[in-house]
Amino acid sequence: MTTAAPTLRRGTLPLLAVAAVAACALLVTVLLFALTPLAGVPGLVLVAATIFLAAQTALARRIEGSRRAKDRFVTALVSLAFLLALVPLFSVLGYTVQEGAARFDVEFFTRSLRSIGARDAGGGGYHAIIGTVEQVAITTLMSVPIGLLVAVYIVEYGRGRLAATIRFFVDVMTGIPSIVAGLFVLSFWILGLRQGFSGFAAGLALSVLMLPIIVRSSEEMLKLVPDSLREASFALGIPRWKTILRIVLPTALPGIVTGIMLAVARVTGETAPVLLTAFGAASINNSPFSGPQSSLPLMVFQQAGDAQETAVNRAWTAALTLILVVMVLNLLARLLTRRSRIGRQGSR
Amino acid sequence: MPDLTAPRADAAAGADTASAAYGGGGAPLLPGSSAGDLPRTASASGQRRGDRVFRSLSLGAGLLLLGVIVAIGVFLVYRALPALRDNTGSFLTDVGWDPNATPPAFGIVALAFGTVLSSVLALAMAFPVAMGVALFISHYAPRRFAGPLGYVVDLLAAVPSVVYGLWGIFFLNDRIKGLSAFLHDHLGFVPLFRADGIYGRSILLASVVLAIMILPIIASLSREVFLQVPAANQEAALALGATRWEMIRMAVLPFGKPGVIGATMLGLGRALGETIAVALVLSPAFLVSFHVLEPGKGNTIAANIALQFGEATATGRGALIASGLVLFAITLVVNVIARAVIYRRRDFAGGSA
Repeated sequence: MTTAAPTLRRGTLPLLAVAAVAACALLVTVLLFALTPLAGVPGLVLVAATIFLAAQTALARRIEGSRRAKDRFVTALVSLAFLLALVPLFSVLGYTVQEGAARFDVEFFTRSLRSIGARDAGGGGYHAIIGTVEQVAITTLMSVPIGLLVAVYIVEYGRGRLAATIRFFVDVMTGIPSIVAGLFVLSFWILGLRQGFSGFAAGLALSVLMLPIIVRSSEEMLKLVPDSLREASFALGIPRWKTILRIVLPTALPGIVTGIMLAVARVTGETAPVLLTAFGAASINNSPFSGPQSSLPLMVFQQAGDAQETAVNRAWTAALTLILVVMVLNLLARLLTRRSRIGRQGSR
Repeated sequence: MPDLTAPRADAAAGADTASAAYGGGGAPLLPGSSAGDLPRTASASGQRRGDRVFRSLSLGAGLLLLGVIVAIGVFLVYRALPALRDNTGSFLTDVGWDPNATPPAFGIVALAFGTVLSSVLALAMAFPVAMGVALFISHYAPRRFAGPLGYVVDLLAAVPSVVYGLWGIFFLNDRIKGLSAFLHDHLGFVPLFRADGIYGRSILLASVVLAIMILPIIASLSREVFLQVPAANQEAALALGATRWEMIRMAVLPFGKPGVIGATMLGLGRALGETIAVALVLSPAFLVSFHVLEPGKGNTIAANIALQFGEATATGRGALIASGLVLFAITLVVNVIARAVIYRRRDFAGGSA
């Protein structure tokens, strides 16, 4: 310990120094971009971030040692990764609002595309909104009861190998590509039973996608119901099915509703299965049981494929409508979870 | 440099005791196992019948779900067979795709290749960022903001794929063109970046869109796993003087590895099956080509179905269904492996991923 050099504590890099390094990195990059042919905001950010990472690591290695320097390097990298992930989200939302605002008018919500060509102005998505509402309603009506029953089986009744198998394949089913669900209904319902394209067929295909989501979310919620509630009910001589219907399900209801809303939001945005089963139509078809129908995502896909500015504008407005519906559903679900979470804590 | 082997051993021991505590405490809490026999003592025959009906209903729903998965496979095979019989080419080894011609000749090679190439590229781009996002939310962000920040990232998954496609063609395409030119000019010696000077609507664009779409899936599942790392393991590492990164490397990453692998494979499955976004952004061609910067150099199974379905003849539809069957098989295998990995970890840790 006679030599002075290695002390137990080493210096730390003050926050001010980090800020100074960041400012210098930005300044150097701006100068670099002003003096050389380099251009573009993404490039500038990338170069500035690289210079900052290198400079900070070098400085920290000097003052704090290599281990701390590595720690700082990773911290900066992880934070940058998070910021990077936010870029596409805000870009998509911002650009959709910007492009979709042009045709976000009364006509869009009251007219269909009947006898509107790709180059014609006007026209709207009323027929698509009708289609989306009907298809999603049919899907929800079919998936929610069945999904809830499956969740009840897994949590309340299921034991042994069969329950484990069902549980496993519910998870596997969540990974089935949406286009495969569409192909299934196409080959079974439309080609096999010769039923023709319809909104109901789209509902069948969307159910294949929605069912596992409902099962998974309801299952999680049923598991959260305390066993003491079940046991209290059994002790009063109430049979199991009544306990499930009157005690377990009502207790888990807020969470189940949240799961249903998220699942509705998810299937509302599905395009591929609707394309294969409802096919799409330009005019209003109020009946989901006969004839082709459109839906909002399908309208986006088909109008975007026309490559005319008027059609593309309609596509953007349909996309904006779709995003609004999906985001509102997500936010409502989020608010509902927060409220029910508070309720659960209070009851414990 | 501290001795890194000692805390690692400690961390493993900690995980073992934690799993024992989880398993021991968790099992009796499982509904059904503890209260199964209670109601029978008081049940009249009517109540028993109600129970039987309800039980069979719920079991029937579960079996229906299994039946749907089997039916998907059966009906796809049944509808694909006639087209495969009429096929004058070889389905498994042909590159071309002409099912609507007479005689029809089509093969899956170009489509399967494009599907795998775009998905693997997407995974390569999304994985590092997703790890960063997951670690940021689980271990770097202030506790108060961790929840809301995670929610914001999850919103990425809420955006419908058709909107990503639209954004991909009209916004991202121009940016990727610039990036493609840059990659070609400066890294042209890499085989992947060869091009003739025409860029845009390429496999690269499709992969970037796919990467954005699978990022939230990988990130949120990995985040869940990272949050389940026992605090004792992490505190032990920190108490030995580890920095935050060393703690993450010694305690968090080894514990989370199976979960991260599972999450990544789920992301891969999603990328393989994504249809509409790819169908919108890609300029398709039936080729086996590594030229990811150029338009018209590839196609994917799912996108091809969406693009060709409208004009397909009966044989054409059968051919598309046959290609869908291949996609179903690939994603099924990927998903089963992913779930098996996650399940094994769940048994080990006792948590729910």
